[in-house]
Amino acid sequence: MSAITDRGYKNPDVLVSTDWVAEHLTDPSVRLAESNEDVLLYPAGHIPGAVQVDWTADLNDQVRRDYITRRGFETLMSRIGATPKTTIVFYGDKNNWWACYAFWVFQLFGHTNARIMDGGRVKWTKEGRAMTREVPAYSPAKYRAPERKDAPVRAFQKEVLAHVKAKGQLVDVRSPEEYAGTRMHMPDYPNEGALRGGHIPRAKSIPWARAINAEDGTFKTAGELKDLYVTTNKLNPAKPTIAYCRIGERSSHTWFALKYLLGFKNIKNYDGSWTEWGNSVGVPIEK
Amino acid sequence: MPLPPKLQSILDTFAEFPDPADRTNLLLSYADVFREVPPSVATRPFGKDHLVPHCESEAYVWALMRPDGTMTFHFAVENPSGVSAKALAAILERSLSGLRPADIAEVTPDIVEHIFRQNISMGKGLGLMSMVEAVRALAKRQVRSMQ
Repeated sequence: MSAITDRGYKNPDVLVSTDWVAEHLTDPSVRLAESNEDVLLYPAGHIPGAVQVDWTADLNDQVRRDYITRRGFETLMSRIGATPKTTIVFYGDKNNWWACYAFWVFQLFGHTNARIMDGGRVKWTKEGRAMTREVPAYSPAKYRAPERKDAPVRAFQKEVLAHVKAKGQLVDVRSPEEYAGTRMHMPDYPNEGALRGGHIPRAKSIPWARAINAEDGTFKTAGELKDLYVTTNKLNPAKPTIAYCRIGERSSHTWFALKYLLGFKNIKNYDGSWTEWGNSVGVPIEK
Repeated sequence: MPLPPKLQSILDTFAEFPDPADRTNLLLSYADVFREVPPSVATRPFGKDHLVPHCESEAYVWALMRPDGTMTFHFAVENPSGVSAKALAAILERSLSGLRPADIAEVTPDIVEHIFRQNISMGKGLGLMSMVEAVRALAKRQVRSMQ
């Protein structure tokens, strides 16, 4: 794969390579954060110095279906020893699904000093780089976060309904079977409770994984991404766009690609996604 | 129907550790002692008829009959991220090998919940339960063949 800076991305700085990470393992201004679906992966081995940011335990409210509050974010950042000036570099399993999801949640609190390690855990391990089970201990940091600001990057159902009425751009990043309504969960995943199958009217079906190179989990070049999203699927980067999946994790990956790599001006992630839409009374559904 | 004693003992041990970190360490200790199927039983490329369905860790399972009428299980986990699958494979191999097919056929996939609890991720759950189902199916097939 070509160097990140040679791929034509609108915002190449938001991606770092495994080489870059290897060179910054002891950089105190950088904090590596591993976010996985499988909670056993981090304790089984992670990049030296990396902390774990778990999507359920650290990012989600433990009672309501929502994200942590400002105070929760401050507690998290204190635990991982990060200040507002710390560069957080996320990486993880599943080709960085959860890394992008964590990255997106961090944007709700305005922590823009964040990066994704291109290729994630799979690339790092394929390259035979160092892994450890040693959990680092960082001195608790003082982090004063702003109140969570959802509007710039997060869409709620009411906004999605208005968006549908306005014939706005939507991207359904689930599998083609989920989009068609023949399946209500990911292949090989349990059905997590959607009563209806199908997709939000006029949503384009662009499964998230088409944005990556399967062999090493890296993002495709800007040219390839543009072919996929703009040329083939007729998405206009200048128009408001909403991405969704099942609970907002896969669509975080697409959100990241559209916002930072292709420079979509107004792209939001609808984290309620199909588990909300497919259970809601009276909302329009297409099959 | 009570669980086989070795399996029950392992579940009891997990039940003694309510703290997620302790359970994680216990699971990792099983993953660490996972032994891949020996070459005398199977070599790559493994036959797809041994592939556990719905398991993203690409787990394979083999069952051998011993002369005394008991079974032995072997596993392979091809996904390098399949730590949970390796842990479960080690548990199943150690607790069910040496038992009669009829006893193994009674083991149900809900043991996965008892073992993994909060350590189970949404995607892993189905795959891990499929591993138990695969073992169970092999045992049931053996029961039928003996009737």
